Amino acid sequence: MDAVVVQDLIKIYGKDDVRAVDNVSFSVKPGELFGLIGPDGAGKTSIFRMLTTLLLPDGGSATVDGYDIVKDYKYIRNTVGYMPGRFSLYQDLTIEENLTFFATVFGTSIEENYHLIKDIYVQIERFKDRRAGKLSGGMKQKLALCCALIHKPTVLFLDEPTTGVDPVSRKEFWEMLKRLKQEGITIVVSTPYMDEATMCDRIALIQSGKILSIERPEVIVNAYADQLYAVKADHMYSLLKALNRFDHTINSYAYGEYAHASFRGPATEHEVVEFLTSQGLANIEMHRIAPTIEDCFIKLLKNS
Amino acid sequence: MKQFTTFLKKEFAHVLRDRKTLLILFGMPIMQILIFGFALTNEVKNSKIIVVDYAKDMASQNIITKIEASRYFEIEKAMMSAKEIEASFQQGIIKMAVVFPPDFNKDLLHQSTAQIQVIADASDPNTANTLTNYVSSIVQDYQRDLDKTSLLPYRIEPQTRMLYNPQLKGVHNFVPGVIALVLMLVCVMMTAVSIVREKEMGTMEILLVSPFKPIMVMVSKAIPYLILSLINVTTILLLSVFVLRVPVNGSIFLLFAESTLFIITCLTLGIFISVKTNSQQVAMLISLMGMLLPTILFSGFMFPIENMPKALQIFSNVVPAKWFYIIVRDIMIKGVGLSEIWKETLVLIGITLFLMAVSLKNFKIRLE
Repeated sequence: MDAVVVQDLIKIYGKDDVRAVDNVSFSVKPGELFGLIGPDGAGKTSIFRMLTTLLLPDGGSATVDGYDIVKDYKYIRNTVGYMPGRFSLYQDLTIEENLTFFATVFGTSIEENYHLIKDIYVQIERFKDRRAGKLSGGMKQKLALCCALIHKPTVLFLDEPTTGVDPVSRKEFWEMLKRLKQEGITIVVSTPYMDEATMCDRIALIQSGKILSIERPEVIVNAYADQLYAVKADHMYSLLKALNRFDHTINSYAYGEYAHASFRGPATEHEVVEFLTSQGLANIEMHRIAPTIEDCFIKLLKNS
Repeated sequence: MKQFTTFLKKEFAHVLRDRKTLLILFGMPIMQILIFGFALTNEVKNSKIIVVDYAKDMASQNIITKIEASRYFEIEKAMMSAKEIEASFQQGIIKMAVVFPPDFNKDLLHQSTAQIQVIADASDPNTANTLTNYVSSIVQDYQRDLDKTSLLPYRIEPQTRMLYNPQLKGVHNFVPGVIALVLMLVCVMMTAVSIVREKEMGTMEILLVSPFKPIMVMVSKAIPYLILSLINVTTILLLSVFVLRVPVNGSIFLLFAESTLFIITCLTLGIFISVKTNSQQVAMLISLMGMLLPTILFSGFMFPIENMPKALQIFSNVVPAKWFYIIVRDIMIKGVGLSEIWKETLVLIGITLFLMAVSLKNFKIRLE
């Protein structure tokens, strides 16, 4: 039995009938690290809130651990762990008090499941008498993860756990998730950072409430059909405009200090450079690159 | 049970760690009772009164000397007609007039009974009450002195007239009013904010995805404020008895029992607001505008309910503070027991149970 099964889930907000979640279906296998990848406003949080029984769906159905998210909400609340996108612990309680509180609410104790949080907790343990409101962003995330784990959940829902966290802490955080996976906990995580997608077993790319693709990250990357180039010139803005004007361009967009672009068959590298030079650009540099998840995402967006 | 104690511990931590709010909560009742109290006593001291002595005999002179000796009055002797006295009152020059009729001593000696007219400006009923009581006791004092030297019992009757507000309705005593006001402020506003705060801070989102019971959250939020409010009631009573010399005539135990009941009413009211609103500001505004104003207006503490239009009189029945004010006033001032106030008590219990049921029913188990 899959840990999470989502069938045609729909969530509609407000009078304008905005479909924040539009016929979303996916399933997560037990012990899997599943990522929902998409920009802000894609509907990730709405999906999480429906799966954690905080919101009622306007259509479709879903089960977590075999329990229906509407009928059996009480069971789900007992078994899952949830870490909302916003830091949501008691700021005026200390680290230890927060942890004890959540352990007791779930009818367990810190000692009972200490092995689960040990790796994470030791990093913040020396601040255990500090109030949660006074912690740094990374420490807050670690504490929140501890609190979500303390009752040994079967499924862990992490809504944008790395947003607003520095790159080093982000990396650490994903390492922790990998270790938790080995404990057999199913993890559903969302993130707007495309580079984190490769850390997941499988990812669902989501945009405007619709899922564009569900696959293992490497499959998504390998499925990228066109040859992708990174192009650089002395003037970025003119370069992007010129690439847009070029007849054979399939796709072009800014990507860091480079522009990423793909071209239709007949155009060779040489022809591209020639065209750009004729448009008055100098210092043109161009080389083939392997696509990232973000490139795939942009391409999927364009196709849909 | 263990879950409940952790909830309770957490709520105590929230309350006790917010030092500034705590200071306000404890300071407020002291401030209020002192402000109300001294604004009042200062006025009674050195009040301007006139003494109109048509008798000019030994008895009247003796009484006047006694009145003069009191630090409450600043007296002026004048021969005024009833019209002139009235005019002085209207101009606000005097607070009280004491009029001795002609033949005061003669009446007293021959008929054993004499009358003094005491007229007070009762637009400020508290002052009027205090002043007339004071004069009456001075007169009684004189009467007792006379009785010692004579076989016949003498009787001097002060004929008191309260000008402008003959029944002294409205402000019987402000202490019951301040108790109601402070409890309303502390209990309703603080609890109103408390559950909403969890919604605003996002902690409710985590709490909901856990096997907690709404009743547990509500009760644990209420208990710290219950204790805090009982401390406040004690402070107010101590201040009123020892600083303002307002006695508690009835049973202290009953007074505390009724206060506890009213505190619970206020707490459930606060929780109800908390359950129904989504931001601390809204909760605060509702408890201030929606609860505090009616408390001041419709409890009978500042404005007599009897003088209000019928519709407002009916409305005043749903204001819990009105019932509590009656209860406290009756216990503190009249010294009555439960047999006299069971109806009001039942009304309060009814309101409380109703609010509890409605809050529990309205507690949102989801985010929407």
